[in-house]
Amino acid sequence: MTDSGRQLAGIIGLYDDPDSLIAAAEKVRDAGYEKWDCHTPYPVHGLDAAMGLKPSPLAFLCLGAGGVGAGAAMLMQWWMSAVDYPVRIGGKPFFSWPAFVPIAFELFVLFASLATMGGMLVLCKLGTWASPLHDSGVMAEVTTTRHGVVLNADDPKFDEESARALLEEAGCDDIRLLYENVEEEA
Amino acid sequence: MSDATATLPEDPPLVQGDITLQKLDDDISAPYEAFPTKRWWIAFLLVQPLAIAFLVCFVYTIGAGIGTWGNNAPVGWGWAITNFVFWIGIGHAGTLISAILYLLRQKWRTGIARFAEAMTIFAVICALQFPLIHTGRPWLAAYWLLPLPNSNNIWVNFRSPLLWDVFAVSTYGLVSFLFWYTGLLPDLAIARDRAKHKVRKLVYGIMSLGWKGSNRAWSHYEKAYLLFAGLSTPLVLSVHSVVSFDFAVSVVPGWHTTIFPPYFVAGAIFSGFAMVATLIIIMRKYFKLQHVITNDHLDVMNRIVIATSLMVGYAYIIEIFIAWYGGVTFERYAFINRALGPYAWAYWLMVTCNVILPQLLWFKKIRSTVKYLYPIVILVNLGMWLERFVIIITSLTRDYLPSSWDDFAPSWVDIGLLVGSFGLFLTLLLLFCRFLPTVAMAETKAVLPGSQPSGGHHD
Repeated sequence: MTDSGRQLAGIIGLYDDPDSLIAAAEKVRDAGYEKWDCHTPYPVHGLDAAMGLKPSPLAFLCLGAGGVGAGAAMLMQWWMSAVDYPVRIGGKPFFSWPAFVPIAFELFVLFASLATMGGMLVLCKLGTWASPLHDSGVMAEVTTTRHGVVLNADDPKFDEESARALLEEAGCDDIRLLYENVEEEA
Repeated sequence: MSDATATLPEDPPLVQGDITLQKLDDDISAPYEAFPTKRWWIAFLLVQPLAIAFLVCFVYTIGAGIGTWGNNAPVGWGWAITNFVFWIGIGHAGTLISAILYLLRQKWRTGIARFAEAMTIFAVICALQFPLIHTGRPWLAAYWLLPLPNSNNIWVNFRSPLLWDVFAVSTYGLVSFLFWYTGLLPDLAIARDRAKHKVRKLVYGIMSLGWKGSNRAWSHYEKAYLLFAGLSTPLVLSVHSVVSFDFAVSVVPGWHTTIFPPYFVAGAIFSGFAMVATLIIIMRKYFKLQHVITNDHLDVMNRIVIATSLMVGYAYIIEIFIAWYGGVTFERYAFINRALGPYAWAYWLMVTCNVILPQLLWFKKIRSTVKYLYPIVILVNLGMWLERFVIIITSLTRDYLPSSWDDFAPSWVDIGLLVGSFGLFLTLLLLFCRFLPTVAMAETKAVLPGSQPSGGHHD
């Protein structure tokens, strides 16, 4: 099967229903694979647990960045209104903090949103376009209708025969090898 | 759906007819994959005169100054602020659908969320034009609107609701965009993988940021989406509250009331849903998506319209009651003047459109039949524009000193900017329909029957 100039990147098992996908994911997880993934056209409930994924840390990032935003807003308004150029407006104190709350709230949301977006881009590894799924022509299937379980060739446990057996055990009848198309670069 | 069941009625199916994942993609992708059809061009060319009118009035205002508007001594804020509040309100339905209904697990939102969110962004763009133009010199406006160092060494006034508005609306616009774009990522990947042409594949590929449908990514993506929904919910409530502070924090009779924030937010959602219904009915017919955006969707949307209509009606009554009960002469006069003064026609038209006519939506047949509900939602749009007009104009033309009273009439530039802003809005919306999927494909797939594991795995 291996062509010269093409490097084996992994193996994919394609499933048509979410139940077999979950079953397959559980099997791969229990077999102790580390470098593997599921590709699905939409988020499948319960797949995170079946894959043994940890909950996303984004919420902490979001809250932390929001706190920084609100703090920065208060600090900015205090410095500009009470320190750098104090102006008495409406007989209020220079640091009339209740009036500064709306902007602190808005900057909480702004910072938290930007951090969530940035964190998501990094954690989802977005901004990397190359994938053996593109090179082997299965991407269109897993983004539109089918579910794929991918075992990477660089996993220490990987060997073609046992990986194939594992996917078949979970009821898969469409197993394909994934290649990195190296000759196209030249 | 059998009518014979004695128990609670089941929810209607979200998508009608026999639909597979593939067919869903095909149906939703058809409009942006086909070359622009004749009908799209006709629609596009029809709105261009409006967009050009906007451009002409914009350039004329900047060139000749805001003296070209109908503003006068008591009415320093006239038409432009009315339009600003109107457009911001239109956007609120999109955020309600995308964020609040998401948190409430209302699955029916998936069919209309994308379109409504796009409307939010375009409505905020339209809204932003008015404060920008009314500064007279938009390219210098940053110095008046943002805390930037300048040659006078003075800072903006952080105690002013107008400044809160700058932060609220710009945050709202940006966060709405991020939320919308996050939702688009998986669909852009679908568009990329369906594309036959190389350039098309490249462009959608770049826009999709390399989305691969990996569950390790979905896991973070779902969390990010939830966080965006959680952030947008208080944000959208804050935006129209802050807009209402522009009025409520002042001492002008008819404005200085504590009911303004919830009243404005309810009104914003009311007008926003009416606008979503107005446009989505045309869009779904035009793109043959009646089985994805069904009459049941219109039914539930109209239930929200009637709920918010009642809230707005309640606010109208409470305003009058408090004006009487509070015993302040100026407040009493302001409300008598609204109902019986020179702008009484606008007031009663507003009450008719916003409170009386929507009561027809109590009937299910009217709620879910396009030919009956369409005139109602159009009139709600009109009524909500008039609401802002009534609040702003009646209060400003008749404030404390009768010697400073003066009536307001818009100039042709004012009218051109309002009509033209619809041209801008519809141009952006048509371009969106042309190039991007108007229904969230990945999200709709996730709620189709059979798309989720059958047992024990629900989280």
